[in-house]
Order: sequence, then structure tokens, then C-alpha cells
Amino acid sequence: MDRDVLLHMKNINKQYPGVKALNNVELIVSRGKVHALMGENGAGKSTLIKVLTGVETMDSGEVILDGETIVINSPAEANHKGVSTVYQELDLIPDLSICENIFLGREIRKNSFIDWKETERRADEILKSMGIDVNVNDILSTKSTAIQQMVSIARAISINAKLVVLDEPTSSLDSSEVQILFQVIRDLKARGISVIFITHRLDEVFEMSDEMSILKDGELVATSKTENITRLEMVSKMIGMDASSIVSYRKAYNDSKIKDEAIVKGIDLVAKPKVNGQNIEVRKGEILGLAGLLGSGRTELIRLIFGADYLSSGHFEVNGEKTKIHNTRAAIKNKIAYCSEDRKSEGIIPYMSVRENLTLAIMGSISRFGLLSRREQNKIVDKYIKALKIKVSNPNQPIRSLSGGNQQKVLLARWLCAHPELLILDEPTRGIDVGAKKEILDLVEQLAEDGISVLMVSSELEELVQSCDRVQVIKDGKTVGGLKNEAITVSAIMDKIAHGAVIN
Amino acid sequence: MVAPLKERLNRDIVINRLIDYSPLMVLFFIVIVNVIFTPNFASVNTLRNLAIQVTSSLLVALGMTWVIASGGIDISVGSVMALVSMVSAKLVGIGAVQSITIGIITGILSGVLAGAIIAKFNIQPIIVTLSLMIGIRGVAQIINDSKILRLDSPEYVFIGRHRIFGEIPIQVVIAFVAIIIMYFISSRMVFGRKIQAVGENHKATELVGINTFVVKIGIYATCAFLASIAGVIDTARISASDANILGSMIELDAIAAVAIGGTPMNGGKPNIIGTVFGALIIQVITTMVNMNNISFEYSLILKAIIIILALWAQRFLHSKR
Repeated sequence: MDRDVLLHMKNINKQYPGVKALNNVELIVSRGKVHALMGENGAGKSTLIKVLTGVETMDSGEVILDGETIVINSPAEANHKGVSTVYQELDLIPDLSICENIFLGREIRKNSFIDWKETERRADEILKSMGIDVNVNDILSTKSTAIQQMVSIARAISINAKLVVLDEPTSSLDSSEVQILFQVIRDLKARGISVIFITHRLDEVFEMSDEMSILKDGELVATSKTENITRLEMVSKMIGMDASSIVSYRKAYNDSKIKDEAIVKGIDLVAKPKVNGQNIEVRKGEILGLAGLLGSGRTELIRLIFGADYLSSGHFEVNGEKTKIHNTRAAIKNKIAYCSEDRKSEGIIPYMSVRENLTLAIMGSISRFGLLSRREQNKIVDKYIKALKIKVSNPNQPIRSLSGGNQQKVLLARWLCAHPELLILDEPTRGIDVGAKKEILDLVEQLAEDGISVLMVSSELEELVQSCDRVQVIKDGKTVGGLKNEAITVSAIMDKIAHGAVIN
Repeated sequence: MVAPLKERLNRDIVINRLIDYSPLMVLFFIVIVNVIFTPNFASVNTLRNLAIQVTSSLLVALGMTWVIASGGIDISVGSVMALVSMVSAKLVGIGAVQSITIGIITGILSGVLAGAIIAKFNIQPIIVTLSLMIGIRGVAQIINDSKILRLDSPEYVFIGRHRIFGEIPIQVVIAFVAIIIMYFISSRMVFGRKIQAVGENHKATELVGINTFVVKIGIYATCAFLASIAGVIDTARISASDANILGSMIELDAIAAVAIGGTPMNGGKPNIIGTVFGALIIQVITTMVNMNNISFEYSLILKAIIIILALWAQRFLHSKR
């Protein structure tokens, strides 16, 4: 292969107790190229990156950067050698300002004091070059996730890296922000910096990457120039399945299962600044999708329906009757269930077992005088582990030891066993690998078949196209359009987002 | 990935067992050392004294276990003990049972107050209970002008002095019952799960429909209730109420016992049995120092070392899982 190689990782092995995480993996990244690192959850992408960035040490293997064999023992050392990483879970300090975060640990000094003027100037310069217009003295936590992500990237850029690793940088960005990020990546390329790019969104891979490597179960299964591989080939390599079984899928519409009566109706809902007089109506047995850019007020709207946030005006009707949903318990009493977009901080109880996580919402109703019935719990847990094909070796294991997809299934089961009439799902497939994604979407459709209404928010428009009977498009806290059945296409949704006018 | 997961799980289980049993092993080690080196350590008398002395800090530590498991802390427990002691001693004229009941209710109310403030206004528990610690101690001192109140009620003193079958002190039985109830609720009842859920992930707990406000009040009220009983026992034992010193610094022993016992300090599963061993370890160290005529100050240093070691071991084991 004659190409200008920047990074060559050779025969990398890493053994965790009981798991061969990396088995003779080879990774070759060209200079000034975007290299996509693909694979399902647990394929070894993160471990490989951790080895590269000094978070984990490899058992054997060789890392050659710029023709020189290097040993990296800590993230600081990796930074020093020109390898910088933006992690999936943001590792910034929320209570510090943006510029403090960018230069954290590498403060610019003058006479042994921090030179704030220079810090601000340089932070501002970097962010401006990325096309981000913010006040660098603002506290980070007051900014959206997207901005925080950009700050994290700015930090990586600021160390004059030769190689920047982006671990799922786009998972919390909306499409316009993704474009800004891509522009930033193109700039990096132009400066001769290589980028390793990890993402679950397949479109992005084909839009951005020049070359790619695919891992499966800790082994390298393919490496190629992006132009020489098709989408189908890539997906089938990732999941190790025949490509023919993954056809572009589109649901057959069946209006008969949807009843005319609304199960939950929200009227003139207001909760400033993200919900500005919204109307929403979910009918029996339908899957209603909410589309809109990140920050358009999608999540805020559904949180209101679940009583998780304060409603300043407007009211709800449940099964045609005016109902107060002033807290989550009131919502649950009205048979409404909600899975948050943030599995980690609003979903799982990490050290609790799968069994207890799964039965958390119905604990009270399957107990007698507050006494837990292990037998009753097991019955429910066994049923849902089977029904949802949750991969656990033992329901007593802590939920945090499961993969993202399986955690999500447990959280779905947590609500399904409470037999809701309306299930609200916020980004149900975020951070989940391709196989599990399909399973979850299939499950959602099955639920609707069984007569449960589903209200779903997703940033991945294909998912909405695939699953929804109706899509409501939201912009700046207001509804700007609705689509039904065959009219639901990605381009139609985008068009509504771009051009739709307020209709309520 | 199924097979490797299983193996990792086994390792998880081994480490969890290590976490569970480490306080027991430490206690065992210290006791063995004492049996060998401390004269008269291995005697019924020593054992009984040890049991009597550990009772109040143990009761407080049991309540503290829940508080810490829920992600909080309660440093007002010592002041609550003093308040309960004073109220019940002052009112003893209306009958021991009545005065003790009123005293304990007063104590529980302070716990309800702490829980309500913490849950409703989302203020850090250490600040809320710090102000209660100062304020409640003040109230307790005002009741008898900061003077010691002697207790001349045989019924009240009975709790501190009586031995069942001439051997087993009543307070030891009380502590034993408290351990069993607390363990049972923590491990077998819905409320125990709610404590852990609140401590590990407050937002998720709220979203799953658990009333975290009520749960927190229940936790702090229970903690105050157990501290109240400890206050009554201590008052009965010395047959006097001294609001100036009763229960002071006991929160530190209690927190240390919880820490040694392995309940995660930033919230998680309440480890009641661990706390029992933790309280015993601290008491055995104190006793050991006393019986070997080493001055009290040294026991403080020794305790500090043991606590740091225990926390370090906990951190180490947790990082492995």
C-alpha cells in the first residue's frame, strides 16, 4: 500500500478478564485523511482508541506514529505526542467557563499566573475558526450539549494535534450543527491533520470519511478506501450478516388499527422558552413521531406530557377527560410511560441488578405490605428477557455491565410491564448498534399493533419514516407541519423544518 | 459476547463478595490481635461492656447508613440525641414512658424537618444538617439552662441498667432488633430499593414515579428516630441528661462506621451488616486502647488511620468491578 501513513498500529492485543477485547488488530491511518472506525457496540473500537490514547495499556503490539515507534502510558502523554481525543461522554468541567475548559491542564501562564487575556483571545480564535459564536467566558453548563461538544473539539484542536480522535461526536448534534462539525473536520484535513472518526450514523461515514476500518468482535474484518465499499457491504461486515437480509425497509400502513379517539391530548401547552403554545394529540394505536432540530423543543414537549417539567399554562385531556398531569406519578397513574433520551443519567440505576431495574416502576404493585416478592419479580423479568431478547447471563448482574442496546431494552421492559397506554420514547435508539436498533424499532411497531400508542422523538429521520403513522414537525417550540402515512419521507420532513410555517 | 460477559460477571461477584466481607475480616483481625496481646480481653465482662458501649453509636450508624446510601449525610444526630435526652428528662414527672415517647417524637420531627428541607429546596444535606446540629443543640441547652439534669426515675434508668436474665443488657437487645429490622427493610422491602435508587440516580428515580420527597423524609426521619433511641439509652445509662456533651461527635463515629462498612459514600446500596462491623471495629479499637492504658488521644489517630485504609480499600475494590 503506497500511501502516506501517519499512524500504524500493529498486532494490537488486549485481554480483559474473560474477554479478548482486541485480537491482533491492525489500524493504518493516512496523513490528512478522515478514517472511519466502524463496528457494533462491543466490537473493540473504544478499547482500540483507549490503547491509542493511553487510557488502557495494550498487552502486546506496536504503535508507530510518524515513522517512530511510540509508547503511550497516559492521556497526557498522548496529547504531548500529538494525539488528541474527544470522548463520547464529554469529559469537560461544567462549572468552568468555556475558555477555562479549552485550556484545562495547559493553562497559558505569564509570570506563573494564568494569562486570562491570552487564554480568552486564543479560545475565541479557535472557536471563531470553527464558526462557533459564543462568549468564551460563559459557564459551560449554561450551553447546549452541542456547544459543549464543540468546546471539547476546540480543546482537541488547541493542542496542535497530528491526529484527532472523535468518538461519536455527532450523537448529540442536530443536522446543522453536524454540518458545522464537518466543516471543522475538513479544515483539520486541510491542515494535514488526520482524524479518526467513530459514529453510528452511516450517512456520515460516507459523507466524511476517506478510508475506513471495520472491527467485529475484537478483530479487524475489513479496511478499505470509502469509495471502494458500499453501504450494504459495510453494514453486513459490521454485523457479520448477509447483506441481502438488510433491505431498505418501509412500513406497510394500516390505518384500521388506529382509532379516531385521542388517548392523550395536550392543548395550548406553554413552558417557556422551549414550548410556546403547542397542541398535540396522540390517537389510540398510532405511532406519532416528533421531528425537529435539536433544541426545537421536542424533548421539552414530551417531558411536559409525562409531568416531568413544570407546565405554566395549558391543559391535558386523557381519554377525553380533562386531567391534571402535574408530576410523573400523575402521568403514570394515567398509564403514560416515558423513556428518557439520556439512558445513563435519567434511566438506569447503574449498580442495581437487571432484575431490580426492570421492575423498578412496578415494585409497589407487585409487593405486599412493602415486601418484595422475588418470585413475582422473577416471573416478570423472565418474561421480558425472553420477549425482548435481552442478552443477560444472569438477571442479578448490575445493569451497567450490559451493552447500550440491552440496557435500553431493560428500560423499555421497565415500562412495558406497567402496561402503559401511551409510551413516550425520546431517542430510543441513540448510541445503540445497528442490530439492536432494528430490534427496538420492530418492537415499537409490535407494541402499536397490540394497541399501545407510541409518541417518539428521533433525530434520525429515517427512523421516523420507517416507523411512524404520523409525524408532527416542530420548530422553535411550535408546530410547523404534519405528515401522514405515505407522505412521510425524509425530504418532506426536512422541507417542513426548513420552510414550514406555524400552524397553531 | 455472551460467554465473556458471564466470566466477567463471576469476577464481579467475587469482588462484590470481597467488598461485602472486608469489614468482617478486619474486625476478625483486630479481635485476634487483642485476644493475643490485650490482657483480659477475652472475657464475658469485656464483651458485655463492649456491647453496651457500642450501642448508641451503632444505632446512629444504622440510620446514617440509609442517609449516606441515599447520597446525603446527617451531622445533626448528636444534637438530636441531646434534645431527646433533655425533653424526656425534663418531662419525666409525667411518667417515664410518656416522657420518652414525647422525646422520641420530638427527635423524629427534627428528622422530618431535615428531610423536608433537603428534598424540597434541594439544599446540600451537609449544610442543612449543620445548621440543625447547631440550632438543636442550642434548644437542648436552653431547656435546662445548660445545666446537667439529674434523672430520678427508676423506670427510665431501668433501660440503661437492667440485665435480662441477669446477663444481657436491654440496650443490646434493642440494638439487635434495630439491626434486624433495618437489614430486612434494606434488603427485602420496596423502601430499601428506593433508598438505593435515590442515591444512585435521583433523576431516574423521579422519572420512574417514585416520590423522592417522601423517600427522603422517611430516610432522615428514620435516622433521627434511631438517634433518639440512642439518646434515651445514653441518658438512662448515666441517669442524667447533659445537653452540653451528650451525643457530641457521635456523628463522626457513625459516618466512619458506615464508611468502613462499605456503603458507597456518594450513594448506593445500603450495607447494614457492613455498618454493624464498622461500628464494632471502631469500638474495639477504643476498648483496646483503653485496656492497654494507652491515652485516649492515640485512639483517635488509630481510628483515623483505619478509616482512611478502609476507604482506600473500598475505592480500590470498586475500581476493579
